Amino acid sequence: MTSPVELSVRVNGASHQRSVEPRLLLSDFLRHELNLTGTHVGCEHGVCGACTILMDGEAVRSCLIFAVQADGHELTTVEGLAAGDDALHPLQTAFREAHGLQCGFCTPGFLMTLIPFLRDNPTPSDREIREGISGNLCRCTGYQNIVQAVRLAAERMAPEATP
Amino acid sequence: MNRSYVGQSVPRNEDRRLLTGQALFVDDVQLEGMLHVAFLRSDHAHALIRGVDVSAALARPGVAAVYTAEDLGDYWRPGPLLVPPPPVEGLTFNEATQVPLAKEKVFHVGEPIALVVAESRYVAEDALADILVDFEPLGAVVDPEAALAPDAPILHTQFGTNLAAHVVQGHGDYEQAKAEADLVISRRFLYDRGAACALENRAVAARWDPKAEELTVWDTTQAPIPIRNGLARMLGLLESQVHVVAPFVGGGFGPKIMMFYPEEVLIPWVAMKLGQPVKWTEDRQENFYATTQERGQVHDAEIAVTQDGRILGVRDFFLHDTGAYDSYGLTVPINSQCTLLGPYSVPSYHSEFKAVFTNKITVTPVRGAGRQHGVFVMERLLDLAARALGMDPAEIRRRNYLGNEAFPYNHQIIFQDFSPLFYDSGDYLPALETALETIGYDSFREEQRRMREAGRHIGVGVVSYIEGTGIGPYEGARVTIDPSGRVRVATGLGTQGQGHYTAFAQVVAEVLDVDVEQVHVTTGDTREFGWGTGTFASRGAVVAGSACHAAAQAVREKILAMAGRVLEAVEEQIELSDGHVRVRGAPERSLSLGELARMANPLRGAVKPGTEPGLEATAYFGPDRGSTASGVHAMIVEVDPETAMVEIKRYVVVHDCGRLINPMIVEGQVQGGVAQGIGNAFYEKLIFDDSGQLLNASFMDYLLPTALDVPRVEMAHRETPAPMNPLGLKGVGEAGCIPTGAAFAQAVEDALPEYGLEILEIPLSPNRLFSLLEDAHDH
Repeated sequence: MTSPVELSVRVNGASHQRSVEPRLLLSDFLRHELNLTGTHVGCEHGVCGACTILMDGEAVRSCLIFAVQADGHELTTVEGLAAGDDALHPLQTAFREAHGLQCGFCTPGFLMTLIPFLRDNPTPSDREIREGISGNLCRCTGYQNIVQAVRLAAERMAPEATP
Repeated sequence: MNRSYVGQSVPRNEDRRLLTGQALFVDDVQLEGMLHVAFLRSDHAHALIRGVDVSAALARPGVAAVYTAEDLGDYWRPGPLLVPPPPVEGLTFNEATQVPLAKEKVFHVGEPIALVVAESRYVAEDALADILVDFEPLGAVVDPEAALAPDAPILHTQFGTNLAAHVVQGHGDYEQAKAEADLVISRRFLYDRGAACALENRAVAARWDPKAEELTVWDTTQAPIPIRNGLARMLGLLESQVHVVAPFVGGGFGPKIMMFYPEEVLIPWVAMKLGQPVKWTEDRQENFYATTQERGQVHDAEIAVTQDGRILGVRDFFLHDTGAYDSYGLTVPINSQCTLLGPYSVPSYHSEFKAVFTNKITVTPVRGAGRQHGVFVMERLLDLAARALGMDPAEIRRRNYLGNEAFPYNHQIIFQDFSPLFYDSGDYLPALETALETIGYDSFREEQRRMREAGRHIGVGVVSYIEGTGIGPYEGARVTIDPSGRVRVATGLGTQGQGHYTAFAQVVAEVLDVDVEQVHVTTGDTREFGWGTGTFASRGAVVAGSACHAAAQAVREKILAMAGRVLEAVEEQIELSDGHVRVRGAPERSLSLGELARMANPLRGAVKPGTEPGLEATAYFGPDRGSTASGVHAMIVEVDPETAMVEIKRYVVVHDCGRLINPMIVEGQVQGGVAQGIGNAFYEKLIFDDSGQLLNASFMDYLLPTALDVPRVEMAHRETPAPMNPLGLKGVGEAGCIPTGAAFAQAVEDALPEYGLEILEIPLSPNRLFSLLEDAHDH
């Protein structure tokens, strides 16, 4: 075993200092050290996308990153998406209204993939949406309602309705 | 105002927790002092175990314990037979059930041999590498046909054969039908293995509280109550001392109901033994080796028809690969045997199957549960017959549907619920016509010709299916008016994404006329509700939904009776609406349901003899027989003969699951089922080599369909109410994936008529389709 390494990260706006084994995966760090269990682990080899979080605003797979690699970075997990206890992010609301989730296990990964996707492309076509989520696996929904939810969210999140 | 919820697309009550990361899944359970488990699994498909040396693992810092079969003492015993064989005359069944840890022999790659308990999963996995197992490899049985060869290695030597079961069912005289037929088609059909691949892997966590003498187990099971009952029995505890929670479960699809997986037997035992909480979570690779799978049948089938396309009879011999054990009994092959008959009149049927043991992961139901195999065989036989007769594939189906006057229809064979295969109701022809109309069947040939002139190959497929759903034995529900005025519902089912928190709330809210968001549903917690079986066979909404309805009705009666007493009016004058009771015509004489509930549980005075405190009722629903859902799938594909890539251009489902509780949820189930069906048809195949090694045990190599592979499914609902339950419900969970392979095969053949292709196997892949095209070309 290698000796622990100091780690300092901001997650959902809060700072955390921990001493961790270098081999500890970021997904395990978030789930088991910080108890942020909304980030799910579906394959641990970077295919399913369930563990997707934001690192400095970009979507990354937390199962493919060691916790120590997040040192000094700003992370956002699904728990940090909604503004407050009662509020939902417009993307979350759209997922609910369009029935974009069934068992909900893959859902946090989809949401976190879609945050930078919609930031970079606020008015995506269906094809672009499908490509945008093609790195996330869902076994329940057959994806159609997720596409629908993204479309709905994009409409609502657009700064001004585009002509 | 009477609220109508049943039939409405109400957004789901459970979504908020799931969307914000606050829903509890089993791997989220964190307890003070919790230890973590990893399993050492067999690298060999078939081998004797000469010895296991765990000493180095035990010496590793951070390791709390290592257990092998020897350490389990009397606790080591083969698992129960989950479903006994059905009462079919002359049936043979050789029972071999899985063991907690392999003792003398392993029967498949991934079978657990030892477990390590350590301070972290990382250390536990390190310690697995310290364990030495002395194997003596034996020849592996991989191919189901080879399993019955005289020189095949025998898995379970006590039987002297790899035959797990032999079942013959049928009705009428097939030989006579064949003699009278104008056309007899016989072919061999293959339907190979796939994996369920729920995105959440399995997990079990357990805590023994010695002061309360209580065991709490969190389990990703589809059947928490049977797990509790079995654990209590095995551990010598009262059922009341075992509390099983199946919290949010990340997809089930069948394999999360296999009582008992070794891990489900062992984790609670370890927690009691060590007096510390323990958790095990499967990783994805383990999921491919340790979670049950499905499919793997070889059918030699024959259909006898008249010149005008009427079915006179069907004969089918098939081999069913049950894997290393047959703990789930014969549910899957019986489903294949029964569902083959489809929505058709089949005057004579001879169906005979042999289930065989192979050195592969055990087979248990996966969404569809063998039904798709039967549907594939029958639909393909009809297609081949139609082609030989020069008849349109839709027409041959039209000519053979059971008419509406036929119901209830008895096929005179035994279904998986041990009752005769009865169709309760159906209305097949309009579903076909709707599907044809929706997909533009009549104008399609014209378009096909136009496209062909432009060098493009499009084809259409239209197939039918039925699905036996909603079987017994029973489920129950308790409905309680909480003093807050909210309504609590508890049922014994587990939930894996089907929207039970909403669908059951809708049923109850409608009966009690309260806001659906005010109905709080609990599922999968044996403390909340301790009677029931589980989520399987598309039965949750039908059976538990009917129980919720009955319990809500009983509570409604209590409310009206009590309100009559309190408000001093006759019951008939009491109006229940909007969470209040009122005296009709005197709106000032009104109480909220919460106030009434508090009055029903007084601190002084008396609750009259023969009555009960509270506004609460429990009810059960146990249907004699299931309800028969049905439908038609139609699809248009474009095939590139150069690359053998298939693009699905359109997909239409006309589905009849009786009355809909929540159309949004139903459509989600169908769309998701079709996605799984597309995976089974074109992407997903578990590949075993000759030594029984699974070669594609990862998401890199085993391909699940992505958002780019699954089209939007266009849906139409028909609602033929089920006569066997008060709401007229039929199940829907599996329908989407059952006929997909058959539709796919027909559409691909139709796109390439010049090849004279016969697609007799599922799953296909671009590679496999390419070689079929090459073969067809050579001929």
